Amino acid sequence: MEEALSGLRVLDISQSISGPYCTKLLANWGADVIKVEPPRRGDTARHSPPFAADQPDPEKSLLFRYLNANKKSITLNLESKRGLSIFKRLAAGADVVVENLRPGALAELGLGYKVLEKLNPALVLTSISYFGQSGRYRHYRGSDLVAQALGGLMHLSGLPDREPLKAPGQQAEYLSGLTAALATLTAIYFRDETGQGQWVDISAVEAMASILEGAVLSYSYNEATRQRSGARHPTLYPSAILPCEDGYIHVDSGGEIDTLSRFINEPRLLDPRFQENPRQHADEIEALLLPHLARRKAEELFHSAQEWRLPFAPVLTIAQLLDDPQFRERSFFATIEADAPRLGEHNEEVLIGQMGYTHRDLVRLREMGVI
Amino acid sequence: MGRMALEGLRVIDLGQVFAGPFASRLLADMGAEVIRVESALRSGRGGIRPQPGAVYPDDDPGPRPYNRSAYYNELNRNKYAVSLDLSLKEGQEVFKRLVQISDVLVENFSPRVMKNFGLDYPVLCQLKPDLIMASISAYGASGPYRDYVAFGHGVEAMAGLSQLTGYPDGPPLHLGVAYADAVAGLYAAFAILAALRQRRRSGHGRHLDLSLRQPLTSLLGEQILDYIVNKRLPPRNGNRHFLSSPHGCYRCRGEDNWLVIAISSDEEWASFCRSVGRPAWAKDERFATAPRRWQNQRQLDELITGWTEEQDHQQAMHLLQRAGVAAAAVATACELLADPHLKERRFFEEVTHLEAGTHPHPGMAWKLSKTPGSIRRAAPCFAEHNQHVFGQLLGMPAQDLSILSEKGVIASSPRP
Repeated sequence: MEEALSGLRVLDISQSISGPYCTKLLANWGADVIKVEPPRRGDTARHSPPFAADQPDPEKSLLFRYLNANKKSITLNLESKRGLSIFKRLAAGADVVVENLRPGALAELGLGYKVLEKLNPALVLTSISYFGQSGRYRHYRGSDLVAQALGGLMHLSGLPDREPLKAPGQQAEYLSGLTAALATLTAIYFRDETGQGQWVDISAVEAMASILEGAVLSYSYNEATRQRSGARHPTLYPSAILPCEDGYIHVDSGGEIDTLSRFINEPRLLDPRFQENPRQHADEIEALLLPHLARRKAEELFHSAQEWRLPFAPVLTIAQLLDDPQFRERSFFATIEADAPRLGEHNEEVLIGQMGYTHRDLVRLREMGVI
Repeated sequence: MGRMALEGLRVIDLGQVFAGPFASRLLADMGAEVIRVESALRSGRGGIRPQPGAVYPDDDPGPRPYNRSAYYNELNRNKYAVSLDLSLKEGQEVFKRLVQISDVLVENFSPRVMKNFGLDYPVLCQLKPDLIMASISAYGASGPYRDYVAFGHGVEAMAGLSQLTGYPDGPPLHLGVAYADAVAGLYAAFAILAALRQRRRSGHGRHLDLSLRQPLTSLLGEQILDYIVNKRLPPRNGNRHFLSSPHGCYRCRGEDNWLVIAISSDEEWASFCRSVGRPAWAKDERFATAPRRWQNQRQLDELITGWTEEQDHQQAMHLLQRAGVAAAAVATACELLADPHLKERRFFEEVTHLEAGTHPHPGMAWKLSKTPGSIRRAAPCFAEHNQHVFGQLLGMPAQDLSILSEKGVIASSPRP
């Protein structure tokens, strides 16, 4: 079937999360992604939990499976001369190369942008790192936690009297992958117009620092440092996660505290002080809301509030997500459950089928440790 | 300045805070010509009264707050703005003409709004078959929740994120920014560019039915698969790592100053102990291997806090980084703006807005070597480009425009 990115040839030498998430997005929209993995060990994500049935097997990592579905996998030792020359042949015919080695490492392999550009002037090289390819911290050690901290999101999350809190999972990794996918298609748009490729430099810290909206502006306009706001919206109220009878629900007036007051039949919410500056009276407002919420279940509150156009939302667990009628009707989980390739599964298809090597060549390359 | 990456691409932006305007802002930063179409009654930038929660320069909304909101001006830089009332027949006709000369339309109303205007995709694609229309709603335009309302923070809850956000001993919390909107905006811009590539090959436009929730839940893939395959639900884990320790946020000297440390290997641990002048920790049996450090992370965190409390968080970051340990100061907005690394990369750019003054804003979210992009123009004032767009781009005579003004179809300032 013809998809949006059908025919876009992507060569992916990235590992772990950020790069593979970038190419997963491209693959989901139809790009032809060939994953180039180091022989034997493969992508580091193959060794990362969670594993199916908790068996630490490189073909059973669920992290790897999620990130690499709909891609092809070949093995290639980029530190060997033969491996390098095979890679260059592939790059000469590719539209995009994605990598997330430490800055400078690609050039040390003899595959820096200058080399690739000479080989294929229309190529887009996308490099993802924690700090970017330039600047004084470029060789600093990064991690998801480090990028969330230095990128400014962490100081804003959590409770004001406790330590800053990171976002769950690996958000700096995923966000930099998403940012990279967008930047890559931007470069492809320019390439399709002009024939010129270019080098895309993504920093996880900057990807984070780009989405802080009002928090950076409060300082750059008024030198005000925003406090961590815990379960509440940083500026608007009522908009907060609160406990209810069977769990937690996001309670939201959508800016219409009168409607909220009528919805829960609590006239004391109409206090003019609350209308004037609800955020300042959040504790008092919550004291009025809590007894009411404690008598009602999240699911029921959600649907009844929506009838009043109040944007309530239950705090769902992952188990509840899987039963969600909206997700089901939109076939959302199909993209999460697809299978990923085994290590080197497409060596023959790519090296023999696309590049013209013979079976005998592959035996030799295998013996030499190239594939 | 050389050619920009998306030069020649025309985008109509009907977006309201924040996913829609952010998506088109990302395109505008890269050179697309983005035209905001705003109603005088609901402009998305507030009316003549200050907006609750908005940031104004010097905390002063001024006589025209709708031109001074920092938040609006950040989301709408590099764009043009016209006023047009889409609930009136004449407004709809002008809008249709604008669609005919554009490539992309971005909107994030509830799914029924465009239909009520008579401007939904089936109508617009008759006029402009290769139009890319991106609709971003909370839950998507199909399914039982299609008409449900939500803002970014509510979507975090519905997406599975809030349940996992929080301290190990505490309740679910929100993140400190509208993360769902940011992610959905990035994803929408990505989807638009994918659809444009398809159009280049096929000549056909398409309607992109996008939601705030799906791109956000997609960032929890491995946790979801862990449940599908192993029936295991992840805990609320605070700053902890599921495998390695130390991995956390530690108090430093001064008010609300913090340092994060993420150590995974034994070598990093040894190096850490040396660089903080506690070689004995490296020999301590309780912390000798990664599994032991993980089991004893409470004690480990106490020891480390004993050291960090005496340290300046910035200096401690550099000390540990020089020893090859992944560590970072937890940056405040003030520290981000002063960060020497970001300065060397020219991340923040100063923007001068006629009514809001000169202030630094976060610049490009990425670096493209040949088409770097920049903040070329400050956000438009309300109706600033009525003449440019209606007069020049659409070639409407001045007389027609004054008739439309009289009828209230176009306006020069928001109505109360």
